[in-house]
Amino acid sequence: MAVTGILLVLFLIAHMLGNLKVFTGETSFDHYAHWLREIGKPLLPGVWFLWILRTVLVVAVVAHIWAATVLALRARAARPVKYAHRKKVRGSYAARTMRWGGVIILLFVIYHLLDLTTGTLNPVGDASNPYGNVVADFAPERWYVTLFYTLAIVAVGFHLRHGAFSAFRSLGQQTPRGERRARNAALILAVALCAGYLVVPFAVLTGLVS
Amino acid sequence: MNLTLRIWRQKGPEDKGRMVTYPVDDVSPDMSFLEMLDVLNERLILAGEDPVAFDHDCREGICGMCGLMINGDAHGPQRGTTACQLHMRQFSDGETIDIEPWRASAFPVVKDLVVNRNAFDKIIAAGGYITAPTGSAPEAHSTPVAKANADAAFESAACIGCGACVAACPNGSGMLFTAAKLTQLSLLPQGQPERYTRVIGMVDAHDEAGFGGCTNAGECTVACPKGIPLNTIGRLNRDYLKATAVRGDTPGS
Repeated sequence: MAVTGILLVLFLIAHMLGNLKVFTGETSFDHYAHWLREIGKPLLPGVWFLWILRTVLVVAVVAHIWAATVLALRARAARPVKYAHRKKVRGSYAARTMRWGGVIILLFVIYHLLDLTTGTLNPVGDASNPYGNVVADFAPERWYVTLFYTLAIVAVGFHLRHGAFSAFRSLGQQTPRGERRARNAALILAVALCAGYLVVPFAVLTGLVS
Repeated sequence: MNLTLRIWRQKGPEDKGRMVTYPVDDVSPDMSFLEMLDVLNERLILAGEDPVAFDHDCREGICGMCGLMINGDAHGPQRGTTACQLHMRQFSDGETIDIEPWRASAFPVVKDLVVNRNAFDKIIAAGGYITAPTGSAPEAHSTPVAKANADAAFESAACIGCGACVAACPNGSGMLFTAAKLTQLSLLPQGQPERYTRVIGMVDAHDEAGFGGCTNAGECTVACPKGIPLNTIGRLNRDYLKATAVRGDTPGS
């Protein structure tokens, strides 16, 4: 869980930084989007690097889900008879919602790929004009899309708040002081990523980016 | 105090079991929780009924025998105490209290509220000991131990093996117990020779016993009557990673 999770967090950070290029203007953003498809040229032909990256991400996602499923099945097998009276997990809301939060994030990722990668569900869906796709996507009359994106990003934030700490712990973080640091780092990461991702749709919604 | 108890009754391992309601009147707030159950049992015996079976021994919070899920809390609502140290003043008059056994496939119910915690013994047998020549006690100062390590090892050694961590864990994992039993040895010089084979053996025994996997949810450390800290599990993870990834060790001491 920890290793695949860290790979996915690294992608999330890179993706967020790329998104923020939307504030540098249409030409710059579109140029960045086209560059993404051509990284590694001329060493690698065409979109090879992109597909290598996609393969790594898909493997990481599948391995992450596989590990989570194994843990969930083990948890179910470990307690065949449920408690009649059970208090909620006191650890944290984030820890309690890891599994269903993960399912929500998966559904969002599928929608997100259909929306802004293939363009199937996008009102413009023009692969050569990513800036236009983004602006059309979060237009004020499509407020429900922005709402769904916001909920999904907040779900990612909660997932990271417990997930990042849990990854440190799984990889051997062992002192009480380190635990406080790891929890704070996880919280900062979650908040920073949430803010970085949400600023784009809200900038479009408020007309800051058009 | 007048209370209504809803207690898990199960005649034996094969019985399906059910929650049964018992009214208990005239309970003193100064009684311990187990004394309140004693009162109930005396009345049941006088009425010719089968008394409620529950585990107990020292009744001062150090043996680890008593373990009850009280209103969904392992060892009841008070933090840092076992069920025998819990007093009825923690409850209010007229309250309904649900009492259930630990729920884990590795802890099968023997009868009513009594579970078989033999799985913990198997984890200990897989490495929870050191190999040392016995005989006369060695000179205490011949092996220096850093104060910080001695304190952390002692913190883990406070584990009484009651099973509250497993009972409270949303995954039914026994990782806090396993980590505590590892840490009390791995931080001391006497525990070093078998340190890495021990961690593999004990984690394997833990998994074989049917406990769930740890997801660092942190519920165990809240329920633990001895306050074993969650970072103990990080210590186990670090030793396990070193043993498997770096050293390529195999279980066995």
